[in-house]
Amino acid sequence: MTAMQIVFLLTAVVALFSAFRVVTTPNMVHAALWLIVTLSSVAVLYVLLSASFFAVVQIVVYVGAIAILMMFVVMLTRREMRDRGPQLGKQWPWAAVLAVLAFGGLTWLVRSAALPASPVGEVPATSVADLGAALVNPGGFVIPFEIASVLLLAALIGAVYVAWTRRNS
Amino acid sequence: MIPLDWYLILAAALFALGLFGVLARKNAVAILMGVELMLNAVNINLLAFWRYRAPDQPVGMAFAVIVFAVAAAEVAVGLALFIAVYRRFNSVAADEINLLKW
Amino acid sequence: MGILSQPVGAIAEWLRNLLLGWGLSPGLTTVLLYLIGAGVLATLVQTWVIFLIWYERKIIGRFQDRLGPNRVGPYGLLQPFADFIKIMTKEVIIPEGADKPIYILGPIVMDAGVLMLWAVIPLMPMVGMDINVAALYTIAVGAFATLGILMSGWASNNKFALVSAIRTVAQMISYEVPTVLALLVPVLLAGTMSLQGIVEAQHVWYIVAAPLAFLIYFISSVAEVGRTPFDLLEAESEIVAGFHIEYSGMVFAIFYVGDFLHAFTIGALAAVLFLGGWRGPGAEAFPLLGLLYLWIKAFAVYFLVVWARGSLPRVRIDQMMNFSWKFLTPLALVLLVLTAVLDYFVAGWGAWGQALSHLVMNLVVGWLVLRYLQAWEKARAARRPVVAQPGQYPVARPPRPAVAETSTEAAS
Repeated sequence: MTAMQIVFLLTAVVALFSAFRVVTTPNMVHAALWLIVTLSSVAVLYVLLSASFFAVVQIVVYVGAIAILMMFVVMLTRREMRDRGPQLGKQWPWAAVLAVLAFGGLTWLVRSAALPASPVGEVPATSVADLGAALVNPGGFVIPFEIASVLLLAALIGAVYVAWTRRNS
Repeated sequence: MIPLDWYLILAAALFALGLFGVLARKNAVAILMGVELMLNAVNINLLAFWRYRAPDQPVGMAFAVIVFAVAAAEVAVGLALFIAVYRRFNSVAADEINLLKW
Repeated sequence: MGILSQPVGAIAEWLRNLLLGWGLSPGLTTVLLYLIGAGVLATLVQTWVIFLIWYERKIIGRFQDRLGPNRVGPYGLLQPFADFIKIMTKEVIIPEGADKPIYILGPIVMDAGVLMLWAVIPLMPMVGMDINVAALYTIAVGAFATLGILMSGWASNNKFALVSAIRTVAQMISYEVPTVLALLVPVLLAGTMSLQGIVEAQHVWYIVAAPLAFLIYFISSVAEVGRTPFDLLEAESEIVAGFHIEYSGMVFAIFYVGDFLHAFTIGALAAVLFLGGWRGPGAEAFPLLGLLYLWIKAFAVYFLVVWARGSLPRVRIDQMMNFSWKFLTPLALVLLVLTAVLDYFVAGWGAWGQALSHLVMNLVVGWLVLRYLQAWEKARAARRPVVAQPGQYPVARPPRPAVAETSTEAAS
């Protein structure tokens, strides 16, 4: 077992435990904090995949914006500091069965496929530059990229409109 | 080196946990957190396949970038909706918001 | 490999040989070396805060026409030691109803976020993690500082702390946008996101080529640190002390250290991005000289931060938000686009030619912005209700009507 594998296993344990706490903890702020732990360990996985650009983007987008916004909304949408009562709906056994089925099915699929045990080749040093060029290349991904930009803009405007309070109402 | 199926199984486990969160949690923000976990699992898959299959082509990374953008947009709209819903119902529990239920 | 030409490299080589001599595997040795390096850097940087506290208190003292600390040691240099002995003997109080683990973790996360910034700062030639996305990384770990404040504000179970935490989020998320946009200007000029690469590309300091970007970067990072005039998160007169109201003893000291270190770190980052980092005469031959240059430049920027703290009043929260979203962000966007276009056209002009053409563009933009602000201020003044007629000034204020305040409002 190499050092990389040990790091991967440790990260995986942290990611899975914190993800488990995200979906089970009754305290919503704790859930948001556990989510941050999960997302940060996913960033570590990206580093192991030698995609350091994505690791940094993961931290910027998820930890810096999404998780903090979630904590913000959790704080705004209740009047008590702590949540009381069961946080899982009464359908939770069915949900657990479905989740286990999904995991089992996916694992079976993965195990039954012939997958490489080690990566092919090396990541070129210019991979981030290549990605940037591909995103604005008319022969590459410019249309999906532009659609994603328009989607973000629409989400921005939509979010402002939906959450807006009119002064005199 | 780490075999590819380790990444895929980890991603499957994260996806299953996210699915459980989406289906079982009452609080709408927690449901959104489950969705985020599922999207992250997808991104792990995309980047793992990119690294193990075609690291010299930016296809996998381009997909991951778009998943990031979609996740950000989804959270922005979702959280704004929850704030609007909270103003109306004084709660973000998904099972109490049932005006359309007959 | 001499200790003078490659000080850190030589020490690392010696340590590696020592560890390998003990029979450790090469992989484990590399991991251990990274851990030792990170530990040494974090310890040195945090110890440095002792001097920063003295420096800031002394300068603030001079700004306020007093001497500052001068009792303990020569020039009061040992005052921070006395402070630390005092603060370490204090009890750590955890308030009733607080969320204990998060309450303790908050300051640690905040301090760690600041320390992580130092991982990528190129202290001298060939030192520091040279990752190819370092510029973005500096933004990313800034999120942890925000997170720490949010955690401690929420876990304190105190309404003032919570208000402060929510203000922090609003402020830091807003000011991250102009910070990133201003940061992109040196990235664009250097053509790389690696901080070491940005320093090496600065044959002419980028403050010459991009003075406006430096200003925007400076202002928005001061706001991100939460220093005066943007210290709304700990506004003493409104929310007593903000997020650290409940903290005492060592956990408060961590906040204190993190705050001072953050202010100095943005000085170092601004020096790296705009003032040429370790560049200076003889720095390539003697890297330790480069460290000295970087330190002098960082202190110059840090002095500006302290100067602003000593002379500016706190802004109001709506002013702060408007300033970020309606002024800094659009200006940074315009600047980024213009820099990109100009950089394309002046590509072959040599270092000074490029820098000077960018400088001319910056001056034109700056002049236009000033004219726009003047016109805007004039329009605002015209909208303001006139109390005294022109030609009558100075006049006594018109006598107030003898009725109560509420009835006046109802009548109008």
